[in-house]
Amino acid sequence: MLGDPIREVLAQYGRLAVDVSTLDDRDDLYEAGLTSHASVNVMLGLEDSFDVEFPERLLRKTTFSSVAAIRDALHELTDAAAS
Amino acid sequence: MTTTNSLDRADLRSVAAGIGQDVAGPAAADVDRQARFPRESIEALRDARMLSAYVPTECGGAGASLAEIAGAVEALGQQCASTAMIFAMHQIQVACLVRHGRTGYWRALTGEIADAQLLLGSATTEAGIGGDVRSSSCAVEVAGDTFQLKKNAPVISYGAYSDLILVTARRTPDSPPNDQVLVACRTPGLSLRPTSEWDTLGFRGTCSPGFMLEAGGSVDAIMDDSYGDISSQTMLPVSHILWSSAWLGLATAAVDTARRFVRGQARNRPGVTPPGALRVAELVAVHQQMKELVHGAARRFDEAAGSVDELSGLGFAIAMNSLKVAASSLVVDIVGSAMLICGIAGYREDSEYSLGRHLRDAYGAALMVNNDRILGNSAQLLLVSKD
Repeated sequence: MLGDPIREVLAQYGRLAVDVSTLDDRDDLYEAGLTSHASVNVMLGLEDSFDVEFPERLLRKTTFSSVAAIRDALHELTDAAAS
Repeated sequence: MTTTNSLDRADLRSVAAGIGQDVAGPAAADVDRQARFPRESIEALRDARMLSAYVPTECGGAGASLAEIAGAVEALGQQCASTAMIFAMHQIQVACLVRHGRTGYWRALTGEIADAQLLLGSATTEAGIGGDVRSSSCAVEVAGDTFQLKKNAPVISYGAYSDLILVTARRTPDSPPNDQVLVACRTPGLSLRPTSEWDTLGFRGTCSPGFMLEAGGSVDAIMDDSYGDISSQTMLPVSHILWSSAWLGLATAAVDTARRFVRGQARNRPGVTPPGALRVAELVAVHQQMKELVHGAARRFDEAAGSVDELSGLGFAIAMNSLKVAASSLVVDIVGSAMLICGIAGYREDSEYSLGRHLRDAYGAALMVNNDRILGNSAQLLLVSKD
């Protein structure tokens, strides 16, 4: 269910070269135009929307490489918070 | 040209120091005055097989660490900052190729760099982009198994003297500006038409005018790794470390000049401490700060070199950005202070304590990738980094 809010954040802050709704969950966001500058804003947007904080170890290019990768990272964070 | 003698990585710094003293230093004033390529220094580096110092031994190089390369750059920088910068920029390209070129084409090219002591250049900036090297407008066009590429490059350092140029471009004509690849361009498929002159305040021997670059060749020459990965894991940190090493050499030369000047004063009047002696003590403390900063960064890279995770972390990127900004500011401070100590003798162009060229070179450091751009990047990263 987390898929849609992630795409909303990407649509708002990702400054992608393509419409985020046309991207598959596994499509490479960097190839779609995500810059490192924009990825910082995506991180900030996700931290706000999901009320989480990305720890340093997750601040990697791979964490933000696809919608699926972002979802995995968020699951990891929210699961850790719930336990 | 094929050279057969070998180079031991342990000797890198002393070989560079020897070439600096015997060749690059004596030519430095003329290279600067005429804004000419330091041919004799680069030839001497070729003859000593220094151009393949970072190439692994199994490919015919010396297999040096980055810290060892940095030591050689620093030694050259003490004699001729333009020579040091050309050597540094060449090694940055070699590092990208050695660390990211994995296919047969790249292995063969790595071997050729060692055999023929090829000089590698780089074309990353592009007209109309505004200095952002992580953005391209030109694109690689592939037809069958060949590519074509045309780039309007406002700066290609020693472009006219490079045997091969690594060029950034968008992966395809449909790719967004930041989806870039790195392409090896060389004759016979390469043509360079100069579009400007190189008449600058400093680093005049790097001969870095603009060129309209047109290239074509086998698609094998397009590197597999995305330029984004090459940039964050290798090109950016190695650039900042080796540039800083050249500036450190420049700073060391200025400190040595100031120390020589004050020693001369002390010898003239034994028993009276010269007024500049205190300033020298102060200067040596700042120089030590710069030296430890630059050497520490080179060691940090070597320790992290095998870990993609460490190299692509935000903390590492921020540290390398900070290194560049700090070292490029320190070099100006140090050379300026050295000139104050030497006084008019440092200001004169015809004295043995002359520091004019050093001062002009030092001011270039903050501009090669503008410090404000780098600080802006760190500012963004620091919004999310918790290190």
